[in-house]
Amino acid sequence: MAYEVEGKTIEHDEEGYITNISEWTEPLAGIIAKDEGIDMTDEHWEVVNFLRDYYNEYQIAPAVRVLVKAIKKKFGAEKGNNKYLYELFPYGPAKQACKIAGLPKPTGCV
Amino acid sequence: MSEEVVFDTEGVRKNFMFLNRKAPYGTIYALEILEMILISAAFEQNTTVAFMDDGVYQIKKGQNTKALGMKNFSPMYGVVEMEKEDAEEDEDVEMVWRIVVEQESMEARGLSPEDLVLDVEVLPAAEFGALMAQQDVILGG
Repeated sequence: MAYEVEGKTIEHDEEGYITNISEWTEPLAGIIAKDEGIDMTDEHWEVVNFLRDYYNEYQIAPAVRVLVKAIKKKFGAEKGNNKYLYELFPYGPAKQACKIAGLPKPTGCV
Repeated sequence: MSEEVVFDTEGVRKNFMFLNRKAPYGTIYALEILEMILISAAFEQNTTVAFMDDGVYQIKKGQNTKALGMKNFSPMYGVVEMEKEDAEEDEDVEMVWRIVVEQESMEARGLSPEDLVLDVEVLPAAEFGALMAQQDVILGG
């Protein structure tokens, strides 16, 4: 199973998470998002970029509880809540946003 | 004449210690305990993350796992530090987080706090033992 982006083939697992995280590009994110039924806006990118930075630093994707707290710290209370994040990523902010960000599926998490 | 049942919605806060005694790679203990800490953080318990014996190596700076073909997961301990800071900042919740290292184990391995990826409290064995005695639950490996 693979995504086709700009003439490149990028392997993914049965749930759509890419196999090699170093192959991630912004156009790829757009394609994964489309498969998820998400139209990427600046607000979506804020979360996706945040996840990528977090992963770079800690080598792990945050649990949704940590994500909410951290977004609140960085972007304020109107964005740092479950409702806002679920509106952006209806099938689970951590799960869907991580997939779009090219990160492994978070363990034990929505 | 039955009394109304009142449920305690505040929940119970116990003292949990996660005791790391094994080297980071070679067995799955270190990574499993770390994941346990990160998941259990959601339950807002008093948490002590403790390192002794070869467990001290888990938080040594400059780990290179290339030849092992394993992921260097030491940056993940940064999340433990973040949970500790969150617990200290959060005024609504009275919760204590500590990160402790047994002094004898650290010194026997020629290490000092500057060699570690975490900001730790260094405790001599006797104090470390006393802290263990205060725990309700000790999970270790």
